[in-house]
Amino acid sequence: MTEARKALDVRFENVTKRYGEAVAVRDVSFSVAPGTLVTLLGPSGCGKTTTLRMIAGLEQPSEGRVLIGGRDVTGMPPAERDVSMVFQSYALFPHMTVLENVRYGLVVSGRRKRDANEAALAALAQVGLEGFGNRLPSELSGGQQQRVAVARALVLQPGVMLFDEPLSNLDARLRRHMREEIRALQQRLGLTVVYVTHDQSEALAISDEIIVMNNAVIAQQGGPRDLYERPASAFVAGFIGESNRLAARLEQRGPEEGTVVLGSARVVLPHHGAAEGAITLAVRPEAVRLVPVADPAAALAGTVTAAAYLGATMEYLVDSEAGEVFIVCPETGSPRKVGDQVALAVRPQGLCVLAA
Amino acid sequence: MRRAALWLAALALAGVVLPPWYLVQDRLADIDWSGGWLTEPDHAPAVSQALLFGRWWLWPVLATAAAAAASLLLPARRSLARALAACGTLGLLALIIQGYAIGLGGWRFAVLEAVFGPLGDRQFGIGTGATLAALAFLWMATTGLAGLGFFRGDPFTAGAVGTVALAVILFTFLPIASLLSDAFRTSEGTYTLGALFGRLGDDRTWGLACLAGAPRCGVAWNTLMLALMTAGGTTALGLAFALLVTRGGIRFPRALRTLTILPIITPSFVIGLGLILIFGRSGIVNQLLYGAFGIEGGRWIYGLQGVWLAQMFAFTPTVFLVLIGVVEGVSPTMEEAAQTLRANRWHTFATVSLPLMRPGIANAFLVAFVESIADFGNPIVLGGNFGVLSTEIFFAVVGAQADAGRAATLALVLLVFALGAFWAQARITGSRSYVSIAGKGDGGVHPPLPAWVRRLCLGVALPWAGLTILLYAMALTGGFVETWGRDYTPTLRHLVRAFDLEWSARGLIWSGVAWNSVWTTVKLAAVAAPLTAALGIIAAWLFTRQSFVGRRALEFATMLSFAVPGTVIGVAYIYAFNVPPLELTGTGIIIVLCFMFRNLSVGLRSGMAAMSQIDRSLDEASFTLGGGGLDALRRVILPLLRPAIIAALAYSFVRAVTTVSAVIFLVSAEYELATVFIINRVINGDYGVAITTSTALIVTMGAVLALIQVVVGSRRIRRRAPALAAGARA
Repeated sequence: MTEARKALDVRFENVTKRYGEAVAVRDVSFSVAPGTLVTLLGPSGCGKTTTLRMIAGLEQPSEGRVLIGGRDVTGMPPAERDVSMVFQSYALFPHMTVLENVRYGLVVSGRRKRDANEAALAALAQVGLEGFGNRLPSELSGGQQQRVAVARALVLQPGVMLFDEPLSNLDARLRRHMREEIRALQQRLGLTVVYVTHDQSEALAISDEIIVMNNAVIAQQGGPRDLYERPASAFVAGFIGESNRLAARLEQRGPEEGTVVLGSARVVLPHHGAAEGAITLAVRPEAVRLVPVADPAAALAGTVTAAAYLGATMEYLVDSEAGEVFIVCPETGSPRKVGDQVALAVRPQGLCVLAA
Repeated sequence: MRRAALWLAALALAGVVLPPWYLVQDRLADIDWSGGWLTEPDHAPAVSQALLFGRWWLWPVLATAAAAAASLLLPARRSLARALAACGTLGLLALIIQGYAIGLGGWRFAVLEAVFGPLGDRQFGIGTGATLAALAFLWMATTGLAGLGFFRGDPFTAGAVGTVALAVILFTFLPIASLLSDAFRTSEGTYTLGALFGRLGDDRTWGLACLAGAPRCGVAWNTLMLALMTAGGTTALGLAFALLVTRGGIRFPRALRTLTILPIITPSFVIGLGLILIFGRSGIVNQLLYGAFGIEGGRWIYGLQGVWLAQMFAFTPTVFLVLIGVVEGVSPTMEEAAQTLRANRWHTFATVSLPLMRPGIANAFLVAFVESIADFGNPIVLGGNFGVLSTEIFFAVVGAQADAGRAATLALVLLVFALGAFWAQARITGSRSYVSIAGKGDGGVHPPLPAWVRRLCLGVALPWAGLTILLYAMALTGGFVETWGRDYTPTLRHLVRAFDLEWSARGLIWSGVAWNSVWTTVKLAAVAAPLTAALGIIAAWLFTRQSFVGRRALEFATMLSFAVPGTVIGVAYIYAFNVPPLELTGTGIIIVLCFMFRNLSVGLRSGMAAMSQIDRSLDEASFTLGGGGLDALRRVILPLLRPAIIAALAYSFVRAVTTVSAVIFLVSAEYELATVFIINRVINGDYGVAITTSTALIVTMGAVLALIQVVVGSRRIRRRAPALAAGARA
């Protein structure tokens, strides 16, 4: 039973969800390819959990269609969809042992108890919990409860597995470990996983694809590298990683690209539909270098207003003519002091024109 | 601490020097306040009692009060604290020992008489002076202890603990202990185990003759049987209602919810009254049967079946209220998890929802059980020859035999039943409670009920709700016809007789027969409500926010006192407070105290519930910012608790007005209460006035609660309304 029976795809077609006046999800369409891990990422209240619950069938869309494995499941109860879910609070049944929890789904779908037990024990082994079957959930640590929740969802060999912020109740170290485990499990079994989180580093670390949501709509969908290096909007640039927003100009606008003028530097970049003239440029902190004042690569001049030593790196705040710049500098040997005059050079890979 | 010590010493000195030490039998106005009271034997303060009238046993009290004042001269903080603790403890002990040693007939214990010789003097119950001195000594002791580092050094916490502990001991444990001792007393006045067993073995209590065909069993069996029937029936009905309201997808869940306030605003016997109007000998049903078929309806409503029916109507709403919490408390995430694991509605309900509710359901069963055994109003109205413990206790006290020993023994049996239920309840809720309100990430929606479960609930609950409403309608309007059963001409005659007002030369005269008792009730309840709420909130604060040695014991003792049935408390109060040092029988004070300690649970529970939702770090912030316990309570907690406080005030007032079982023993000619007035009318067959008076009470209390509801607003637990799309399908 170590292989998933079949990984299914998920498709949303113009789905809207309203609670009375409030719109939780507005006209959202996307698709999740079979065997991939897709993250729904966004701040709280953006509609990501509602979207997940509509895949599970715990909420029904007000408009639009939900398809799983090509089958229209809109209006179907959860029990009839080929999905299973790991809840934020784990939702382990406190009155059942670990084994009873894990085999629950099999038993209610009519499997013989012996088969169900076997499958449940195998699933517990998958998550490294052999021998814990007779414990009660209250006798397990947070990380172990999390594994039971995963095993319980896994044992059904679902076409789609859903995770609703599964790691938010764990401490930072365990969280890192568990996310690697989940990713490894997904890769090994070739599962389709839809994963909700508000932690951008978690999303970047485990996803094949990320769907960023904001205010009930999709802000951007793409691979982790796309989103980080080519954010489509100020929101995405700010939500995924740190980024500076600097004043620049766009000149010689072509069909796709244009020349961006930042201080004395000129770089050719995709213009993302921005008009010629004043634009906002998203600049990653690690794309900025401190250089000597007379350096030919220098684009901007400025004054250091804050400096922090973080062990592996230095962080600076520099006041420049294009705005305040936050810099992460890997070189810690000769730190600058507050008040030093510095020049800044930029690397094109960390720059992105924000659409108006 | 020095300032607190100054005030307390002043209070103690004032208590022994100024006001009358003993309970004053005359009206306050009859006392010669111009100065003569200081030398009158009945009105004199402790100082003159000792100096002029040779009451030497007051000297230790006076000496400690003086010593407390003198200790203010101690320069070191720590020695002052030690002195305060010592003076407070000694003063309190001196006061208590002399109070209990010397009573109305001199020495109260033969041992003392033998040692010291006959006293040739006597003393009455404690009065204003002694009360002030006792409080001063108590707070001195606690302030001293706080100064020595106990109670985290906070004098307010210490004082609150001392006050709550003393109050619970004096007004719950002491009366019950003295009641229990009565059960061991023979008619000659000695105490033997044989006396208890003789009474316990009484056939009237434990007889099982009814199994062999005799007309009745012992009252203990009657009580148990009735309680089990009522608890089973009300739990089933209450569960049906609760399931419907929370996940049945019905259209007017709020309407059903309003049913739950009925038992709070209604004296319990009103249901009995309504049943008599419907099924009694001249009730509607009998009349229709006689008119249509010439069948003589009997008096079947009087007896076990009648009392059971009345209790079913009376307590279903209470159980419903308990079960709503249980049903809503099941985390919807659990049910959603089951659904995503392929369970259909029935599986989800049977394997997850129901097992999670089981402890709550057992708890509701026990709540109904306790309500039933403590109920006095319905059995007295409908019991007929079917006696239960509460009514038998009443008749043992007021009946021709006035058998205190039998009353005490029956009360003991009742107490054991109640404590047994309490123990079971504590075990159930303590060990395996899965119910939790609003954990993190519990934003889910309850699934709708399986279709046939829903139909079953609807089929049971809706007719029952209809019957309840009919019953209340009868009970409320029955007073507005000439004579029920014979002449249904509408009339205001009874209302006028109960609540007439006349204008005369001397102004307004409240000439209706019910006015006296209604005003007395309202006055005493209004005095008791703020005291009840304050004591309850302070106790809640101590139990949830403070940690001190003996907290769990105090909390347990307080909770235990709520398990004592009203009838037991009533009987215990009259026997315990009939003699000095606390001589309260026949006063309004005893009724106020009874209201307070019967209804303390209201303030305590709402306070504890509200406080557990306020993060502890708020108090801690107040402490780290330099505030004491009083500041944390007054500036941080209380403002956040305002709704809970208002609710506690209103509910303790309303419950005080509608209570029967305890206070029926405590009323006197001067202090008659409305509920007791009504019961006496019913016993005399004067239904018109009884019904109009209850109607007035219910309507007024309903208005009070409605007003509070508007002021406070209702609390919302979850953010999404359940069953939006799917619920409509079933």
